Amino acid sequence: MSENASPIAARWRALGKSRALIPYLTAGFPTFAASLDAIQSVASAGADFIEVGVPFSDPLADGPTIQRTTQTALEHGMTVPRVLELVRKADAPVPVIIMTYLNPVLSYGAQRFAQDAREAGAAGVLLTDLPAGADPAVEQAVTGSSLALIRLVAPTTDDARLRGALAGASGFVYLISRLGVTGARDTVPPDLDAQVQRVRATTRLPVAVGFGIGTPAQAAAAARSADGVVVGSALMDALARDGLSGVQQLTRELAAAVHG
Amino acid sequence: MTATQLGRFGPYGGRYVPETLMHALEELASVYDAARNDPRFWAELEALLKNYVGRPTPISAVPRLSAQVGAQILLKREDLNHTGAHKINNTLGQVLLAQRMSKRRIIAETGAGQHGVATATVCARFGLECVVYMGEEDMRRQRLNVYRMELMGATVVPVTSGTRTLKDATNEALRDWVSNVTSTHYIIGSVVGPDPFPRLVRDFQSVIGREARAQMLEQVGRLPSMVVACVGGGSNAMGIFTAFLNDKSVKLVGVEAAGEGMQTQKHAATLGAGRPGVFHGSMSYLLQNADGQVQPAHSVSAGLDYPGVGPEHAYLKDTGRVLYEAVTDREALDAFAALSRLEGILPALESAHAIAWVMQAKRASDELILINLSGRGDKDVAMVAELTGATL
Repeated sequence: MSENASPIAARWRALGKSRALIPYLTAGFPTFAASLDAIQSVASAGADFIEVGVPFSDPLADGPTIQRTTQTALEHGMTVPRVLELVRKADAPVPVIIMTYLNPVLSYGAQRFAQDAREAGAAGVLLTDLPAGADPAVEQAVTGSSLALIRLVAPTTDDARLRGALAGASGFVYLISRLGVTGARDTVPPDLDAQVQRVRATTRLPVAVGFGIGTPAQAAAAARSADGVVVGSALMDALARDGLSGVQQLTRELAAAVHG
Repeated sequence: MTATQLGRFGPYGGRYVPETLMHALEELASVYDAARNDPRFWAELEALLKNYVGRPTPISAVPRLSAQVGAQILLKREDLNHTGAHKINNTLGQVLLAQRMSKRRIIAETGAGQHGVATATVCARFGLECVVYMGEEDMRRQRLNVYRMELMGATVVPVTSGTRTLKDATNEALRDWVSNVTSTHYIIGSVVGPDPFPRLVRDFQSVIGREARAQMLEQVGRLPSMVVACVGGGSNAMGIFTAFLNDKSVKLVGVEAAGEGMQTQKHAATLGAGRPGVFHGSMSYLLQNADGQVQPAHSVSAGLDYPGVGPEHAYLKDTGRVLYEAVTDREALDAFAALSRLEGILPALESAHAIAWVMQAKRASDELILINLSGRGDKDVAMVAELTGATL
């Protein structure tokens, strides 16, 4: 599939100049059924894309919230096949991106995972611990299917790496807004705009930012620079605390802030 | 060498980390490559190993143990190093690299506490801030080492996530590093993690085997027929094996922790019962379930209680150059007692696994066995007393 024919590219075109809200949800938190409802809730409350996270026993890029949600999901029997079943059943009206650590994918078989994820209705995959160039065979398994390979870039990614990483990227670029793990913080980094401009100078793909963005005010601030805003831990906290209505309410507020 | 081949041992190794860390790994690799080719770097390290650590460590004959086993046994005495284990060989090397990178904050993970102590030691010596992550369960098992680290000015952070052992301490150290990577060097304690750590830690530990090989030739007049070392992450084993890899006549044996038994789920025999996967930054053997989730390990020895293993060991297993075996908690505790009574040497519970494997079989009298005694057992005394019902 060419870049233009992908559901992710189609969604960005439909958005025009509007910014995108990209909620993250841990697959299977707090249960399979509640997770299915949560995906549908965020879709109807204004999500433009949805990241569905595969729980992993050792989430070393995640802060306390997502450590807890993934542990709960695993305790409730979440597996890679169940994540794919969740994506299929959710049949979300917006593109779904599967976010995962590499080992569950390797264990399932990278090529088989890419095929089955596509068949389940996913549009892209984001591999937390697979930096660009680290394992060409895995990257080819993803790009050889019609899944978009969403690349992460960080404030520490130098210009040479940035060019290399973005050469093989598709869908959009996920800019990690700050050094650190996932989880809500008090403020948006002051150099966010400069970071986004640096990435824009290297790619024509849309740029989404994430890590530490949790409130509507922060989301609005991030959306002044970036094309998309990812919110994860704050939504998972809302889901844990207030259930489905909480996650739906926060998604509405975030969507209003991002869409302007 | 292209980026994809860099830091690989066959299919194992590599750099499987969040993008945020890639710059620091590239920097570390380039600083290490420069240091490796700089005679002043090695001169400084060798002087510290001699005058601060007390190297070279001797090889000791153990006549009473030898008589019991039937073969001639020698121990490489890494227990006699300053801080009581081989770990300081690596922390000194890495602290010199941190200085070259102008990083003044050091973090580390620790299981038994030996690597934490060795890191706290070099940080005190060089005046650097030191934060050590340690599982809450391990802090309980190794209270003495926690206090030793604190005496030397380190902050010990209890890790309460997951299994509260070495695996989770490593996760937490990596999270700290992702957050503070521009100011902080992470001194990984074993031949694990993303490239360049496995090769860099191996190189700093390989002083063990270089000394031991020369000592054997000089003092015994021949190479050992067998070299035995315990394997958790695998740094003391790589340290002693590396010098013997090209000596085809020398059999190399790595001994993992079989915990409560290989037939149970409660063991730490990653090479014996795991399969390849990606964990803590590299591809290697891994204890994991059918869905690729990491399985908790178990060993009476906190330093072996780890579900991963260094990628070079994975390669040496596949090529058949090293034989990997496992002994249980019980066998290790018996060997701990035996070496104490027969030779007046209290081995670390980790090293006791290597002793235990050698003691398992009646051996030929012409066998010459070199065991790496990677650390001393003082830290384990309270734990052993608790397990054997003694009151202190």
